[in-house]
Amino acid sequence: MNTILILPILAGLAGALAASRLGSAAATRLGAAVAAIAFASFASLAGPVLDQGAVSSPFWGVPALGIEGGLRLDALGLVFALLISGIGFFIFLYAERYLAGDARLKRLSVILILFMTAMLGAVTADDVIVLFVFWEVTSLTSFFLVGYDHEKPGVRKAALQALLVTAGGGLVLLAGLILLAGAAGTASVSGIIAARDQVLASDTAMAAMLLLIIGCFTKSAQIPFHFWLPNAMAAPTPVSAYLHSATMVKLGIYLLARFNPLFQEEALWQAILTWAGLATGVMAGILALRETDLKRILAYTTLTALGTLTMLIGLAPQLSLMAAITFLVAHAFYKAALFMAAGIIDHETGTRDIRALGGLRHTMPKTALAVGLACLSMAGLPPFIGFLGKELIYEALLSGEGLSLVLIAGAIFVNALNVAVAGLLGFRVFFGAEKPTPAKPHDPPFGMLAGPSVLSVLGLAGGLVAGPFGLWVAGPAAGAMLGGPLPADLALWHGFNLVLGLSGLTLGGGIALYLGWPKLQPGLAGIGAIDRYGADRGYHKGLAAILRGAEWTTLRIQHGDLRGYLRSLFLVLGFGLLAVLLLRHGFALPEFDRDSVDLRALAFLMLAGGALATVLAKSLFTAVVASGLVGFAAALIFLFFGAPDVALTQFAVETLLVAILAFALTRLSISTRDDRRGRDRLKDGAIALSCGGAVTALLLAVLASPLDTRLSDWFGQASLAQAHGRNVVNVILVDFRALDTLGEITVLAIAAFAVLALLRPMRKEKGV
Amino acid sequence: MMPSLILRVMAPAVAALTLPASIFILIQGHNHPGGGFVGGLVAAAGVIFYALGRGREAAGALLKLHPAEICGAGVLLALGSGLPGLLGAGYLTHLWWLPEYGLGTALIFDVGVYLTVVGMASAIFLALLRS
Repeated sequence: MNTILILPILAGLAGALAASRLGSAAATRLGAAVAAIAFASFASLAGPVLDQGAVSSPFWGVPALGIEGGLRLDALGLVFALLISGIGFFIFLYAERYLAGDARLKRLSVILILFMTAMLGAVTADDVIVLFVFWEVTSLTSFFLVGYDHEKPGVRKAALQALLVTAGGGLVLLAGLILLAGAAGTASVSGIIAARDQVLASDTAMAAMLLLIIGCFTKSAQIPFHFWLPNAMAAPTPVSAYLHSATMVKLGIYLLARFNPLFQEEALWQAILTWAGLATGVMAGILALRETDLKRILAYTTLTALGTLTMLIGLAPQLSLMAAITFLVAHAFYKAALFMAAGIIDHETGTRDIRALGGLRHTMPKTALAVGLACLSMAGLPPFIGFLGKELIYEALLSGEGLSLVLIAGAIFVNALNVAVAGLLGFRVFFGAEKPTPAKPHDPPFGMLAGPSVLSVLGLAGGLVAGPFGLWVAGPAAGAMLGGPLPADLALWHGFNLVLGLSGLTLGGGIALYLGWPKLQPGLAGIGAIDRYGADRGYHKGLAAILRGAEWTTLRIQHGDLRGYLRSLFLVLGFGLLAVLLLRHGFALPEFDRDSVDLRALAFLMLAGGALATVLAKSLFTAVVASGLVGFAAALIFLFFGAPDVALTQFAVETLLVAILAFALTRLSISTRDDRRGRDRLKDGAIALSCGGAVTALLLAVLASPLDTRLSDWFGQASLAQAHGRNVVNVILVDFRALDTLGEITVLAIAAFAVLALLRPMRKEKGV
Repeated sequence: MMPSLILRVMAPAVAALTLPASIFILIQGHNHPGGGFVGGLVAAAGVIFYALGRGREAAGALLKLHPAEICGAGVLLALGSGLPGLLGAGYLTHLWWLPEYGLGTALIFDVGVYLTVVGMASAIFLALLRS
């Protein structure tokens, strides 16, 4: 039991509540404070996590529903939690200045706090349901964050797209998690992984794995769900820097890593992750070369990074997991810094078009320094942590059992592209001749520069202390992804070998791409087929098809003809019952005891008479009263045969029903005469007869089967002994099955409110 | 539509009979036929009869609260009656003060059911009456 683990989440919830009552600037500062508290809490847990492997804190749960609740932090979760809270801190500082004076800054801060809290919850949750809830909260909050400029139609579209893809994927994930929990017999993530053999032996293991992969791929924007990420660049830059580079898009990677110990030896898991990751990386690399908008270029390079990470998890051997975690940290450092820097350039010069920028090092020297450091890490040059990550990737690819030239070629292309983009951002924008920009460029205030500076310096430091980094960060985290310890000796310099040769090749390719970019970009951008047949296009076509389908079913099913509704209801009831009885050979006749017939049979005559009168009635009013007769006769039968409670209720319901119906008929302008034509009446009669016949057959079949009295016996005995009541029916309602009753009265209340809402517009139209 | 003289004179008397009777039905439900649901229906019948005789405003004044509020209060009361159980065996496991008289959180739950049903039926009928 570790209470510190709950602190960040409680701080986040309290912070979001408090921030909604503060001013804009104060709300963002509070967000920074919450992030700092979270970071400090997790940092203080680093010791115990490294000592014991994991700390846990069971804080709440609904045992009856199989939700055990509880948080658990291991080295993998710790890396993510520190990145989320640490980068979050700088994002809040950044947002305060970036959006200074914007009236919506407060709302952004509150939602960012909630988002950060949900992210921290997702990477520390040990229960699949809790994990899913946090996961979906990140999707929901990201919808509001992307849709910050909601007055613009394009922004709304992008926000909706991100929500539909990621939250829809979340539902797929939920299905997978439920299957896993069912197979393992526990909802605990660590429990599921511990029950590995049992889970993999179950019939549902492969289905669960595929559902899990789809869920993670939507979140981490892998092929074919990659299209939402570049579009989500419609978000303000602090949001893009936080959600779309460092944190939310890595949640899918996190979950793949989390469940890697479970599936790592499955060939299908390895194949899907490796090849989808590679395809995402290469495709995004090509698409990145088409763009000229700083943020969209960065978004595509983020896709290449996510693809690389997915590929590394799929590769399975120990070294690739070390590479994955190292590259993940390196990428989080430089990409968050570069996104924030792109925002700075946009903010201070008025443009994000890379073709319109140049020579900014004279006017923005501090920004240039931070961007330069981050770009060196991105390009994978020593002694930066990006170099460490890239070397490990090559080493892992070369040492893999299935050495594949395609994989290596793909990785070289992806890394060369990152070199080229690093050149575009770090060199082209800041060196060369100064170009005129809409605004006069200058360095931003401290708050905006703090994040890029610290993160890019960390990228340098991480590489310089490669040994301790491997021992304390990458090693334990990769161990959690493997499900066991692994050697964690990292070093920056490995001497002159094949890996270094590949790095040289990468650098050369990157420089070539950089030099060719001014010609390559317009050429690639001119290929219209990518826009016409891309996944984004497929998404829009799919969405339009869903809308058309919804329109069709609405016209077919919800046509507004009340009699049509009733006809379909009773047709389904009648023929559904008959079909089941036929298929299951359920028709049966009970034994009939002639001696049991006595005066009580008169009630049945009354019932039949009432039914006949209802059918033959000339006006609706008579029909309502006659159908009331049926109800009263049924109540009499309940009374005669030992169900006084049901009888009492039936009497009350019937009285009210007749009163309300009769009243409604006099008040509402419904024609009280039956206006159906002969054919309609025949059709309705046939439906009524088949429905009545089906129910009769069902009841006869029920009576023919022996009565199981175990439940009624138990309730009869337990009623007084356990619930202190002699009225078994009422005791069941208010005590044994109180939760059901609670549900029923909630339905009643909602129905009442719905009726009130329905009757409201009628009143207005009449002007009363 | 003006209600008949008989209805107008009888409405208060019927309401005066049905409302106490409904509470009796509610309470005796513990050991004999009755309970919150039937009790609520009977009380609603009384309210509806009163509304038919004396009009919607008079019925509203009789109830003091808006029927939708009564309905919501009923659901909240039933929800809340399960909370003490959280200290013991679990949510909605009822606790008893005087089991021989049926006094316990189960009765609170049943009162919640009663209020929900009264509120629901009255709300719908009074809304119909207004339209």
